[in-house]
Amino acid sequence: MTTPSLTVLMMDAPYEQSRTTTAFRLLDAALRNGFAVHVFAYEGAVSLPSPRQRPHANALHGRTVEEEAHPTPHAWVSALMRLAEELKLPFEWVNCGLCVDERGADEAVAGVRRGSPADFWKMAGESTNTLVIATR
Amino acid sequence: MKRFLIVESRDPFEAASFAARNGLHVALAGDAEVTVFLVENAVLAARAAVAAIVLGGLRAAGVQVLADEFALQERGIAAGQLAAGVEAASLDRLVVELGRGAKAIWC
Repeated sequence: MTTPSLTVLMMDAPYEQSRTTTAFRLLDAALRNGFAVHVFAYEGAVSLPSPRQRPHANALHGRTVEEEAHPTPHAWVSALMRLAEELKLPFEWVNCGLCVDERGADEAVAGVRRGSPADFWKMAGESTNTLVIATR
Repeated sequence: MKRFLIVESRDPFEAASFAARNGLHVALAGDAEVTVFLVENAVLAARAAVAAIVLGGLRAAGVQVLADEFALQERGIAAGQLAAGVEAASLDRLVVELGRGAKAIWC
């Protein structure tokens, strides 16, 4: 039986919209339901895998870094890659190269590769379905 | 039969486009299977107290209306508060619909 596959295009920068959290939950659910997953990060979303994100304490509430457990999207990207590996499912994350250059967002966690909208075209053409989560 | 999956994320009380899209969903349901999956602030539309106003004729038109159980929980909306015909669902259902090839639109 052919492995179903899902391509998701994301556009929002980290820490801006609840769409990001929903999208990551969707990617997790897709893997757990046996889908190969392809992500094309466009515009601000290329900063999602940036290892420069750092958790912080919350002085207002008197919580330490550990107690605050501030989430970092780059850790979510890496966690999805580990999950895919455990489940033996393909998972790829492609950052739009021009968007990376515009933002100086060159650094990314291991496993993320640079690409172009042509990669999105290819991913979408080869996938069972495609979902575009556009910014607005 | 054609299938459409509309992921509605906007607060129905802030986005006028929410109501406008209901008309589109009803029209699509004329010759297609249509699922509206409410996520994020759109789940505010799932409450029995307001669904008659903000979900328009979706349910009468045969549109399947699902509400993200995580988003419901985040907003303190209990299962007992959901409108008739609206079902709490995990994102697994969304994935299944995508796997069935529904044309998916995120709003």
